[in-house]
Amino acid sequence: MLAEKADRKNSNMQALTNRSKAVSRKPLSFWESLYLPAILKGMLITFRHIFTKNPTIRYPEQQRPFSPVFRGLHVLNRDEQGRERCTACGLCAVACPAEAITMEAAERLPGEENQYREEKYAAKYEINMLRCIFCGLCEEACPKDAIYLSETFAPANFTRKGFIYGKEDLLIPNPLTEPEAFAKAKGAKTTV
Amino acid sequence: MSLLQLDVLLLIEKLVLIVIIVLASLGIALYTTFAERKVAAILQDRPGPERAGPLGLLQPFADGLKLIMKEEIIPSHSNKGLFILGPALAMIAALMTCAVIPWSSSLELFGRKIDLQIADINIGILYVFGVVSLGVYGIMIGGWASNNKFSLMAALRGASQAISYELAMGLSLIAVLMLGGSLSLKTLVEQQMAPGSLWNIAYQPLGFLIFFVCALAECNRTPFDLPEAESELNFGYHQEYSSMKLGFYLFSEYVNMIMSSAVMACLFFGGYDIPFLDETTLSPNLAAVLGVLCLLTKIVIFLFVFMWIRWTIPRFRYDQLMNLGWKKMIPLALFNMLLTGVLILMKQEGTWQTILHLFKK
Repeated sequence: MLAEKADRKNSNMQALTNRSKAVSRKPLSFWESLYLPAILKGMLITFRHIFTKNPTIRYPEQQRPFSPVFRGLHVLNRDEQGRERCTACGLCAVACPAEAITMEAAERLPGEENQYREEKYAAKYEINMLRCIFCGLCEEACPKDAIYLSETFAPANFTRKGFIYGKEDLLIPNPLTEPEAFAKAKGAKTTV
Repeated sequence: MSLLQLDVLLLIEKLVLIVIIVLASLGIALYTTFAERKVAAILQDRPGPERAGPLGLLQPFADGLKLIMKEEIIPSHSNKGLFILGPALAMIAALMTCAVIPWSSSLELFGRKIDLQIADINIGILYVFGVVSLGVYGIMIGGWASNNKFSLMAALRGASQAISYELAMGLSLIAVLMLGGSLSLKTLVEQQMAPGSLWNIAYQPLGFLIFFVCALAECNRTPFDLPEAESELNFGYHQEYSSMKLGFYLFSEYVNMIMSSAVMACLFFGGYDIPFLDETTLSPNLAAVLGVLCLLTKIVIFLFVFMWIRWTIPRFRYDQLMNLGWKKMIPLALFNMLLTGVLILMKQEGTWQTILHLFKK
């Protein structure tokens, strides 16, 4: 009687998806109620997994490469002579939808020409990584190619303060003095 | 008077043996926890614990240290004495079983013949059963003393399950004892070792199957781990326990597994008998050492099967568990007993005589 009721219900109601399957409520046959054949079958399946290769990537030692379009941690760029490109124009801060970027401008003094590319530079440049949504609009807004998103992400930290990245965290290593570190930080990005 | 004289050397010998065996079983249990995690990982295509020490071999010590360092909480409404007694009893009962297991034949050291068995008592297997049923008290007392509904329910489940399956276990055992004619584990092993005789598994495949399933239930292992069903009873009877008291409960489960593996190896797989080899051709000391290794290998194989089953099969529903125990296992064990009896009679008196016997009365 119950089954009949359920059938009527099914025929009246339209199924929401085509993935629903009727559940069999048949009592177990004698062979099934022995449990053993099914158990042996299951155990064979798990036994086979002893010989399968496991897909684990042992993280700190092994790392998966990011895709070249990955938008990760920001990098403040330098030019070929190792001078900072940023002129503290503030376009990135304006473009930022999360308001994660603040900066303070300063004027280049005589004798600092090998440090800063133009007469104005960012004395302070901070990105709050907890606010940042990694949209990449700062990269698009920058007229000087001074900021871009790299292929790493912000590592975990114990304090909120630790997520406010200053210039010393963001600036790419100098290509003249530390060419290897520069190449590593630059990553596979080609459009710099 | 000479009967009452204390043999000091024997006392020392037994004490040393007890210390070695208890420490060894604790050590093996320690690494069984590690093996459990590793086997689970391998069956699930993961690497498992591998960071603590080389290949993760220090993992059990790290786990133990973690348990010891944790805060020890005794719930304010619990019965303090019983709360402490519970895990202690579980651990003691688990370790006591190892007293009658014959680990190997005897060593000859310093001109003495040293039996590698703590006590060869003539009711060995009955002793094992008695001690194993004491282990249920560990669960009962722990669950009751916690003063917690879930713990109490888990304890009740554990007790009723253990009692139900002990019946079938005992009945399946009777068939083995009918073959051997002795309750001493050492005698049973020696009978299987004797040249020309097969292991008991050859005569009692059905008996072994029943015994194995019941051993799973006795150890509260999947698919019979209802007392510690995480999904239904939070954590089972040790829900209120913390620190090393919890550690004792978890640990006693592994010691129980080792001991039931050892008993199964002794009863059905020839104990310390090395297959396809006549031990009498070896020197007695070498045979004893190889025997220990052989028994340990058998235990390890059983432990692997225990784990393999745990990570394959889901838990039984409670009514299914009881149905299986009372309506399938016990009749099957009785049938096995009857069949064994008839076959023994046939061998002794011939087929016709047996049939006459059966119908005369």
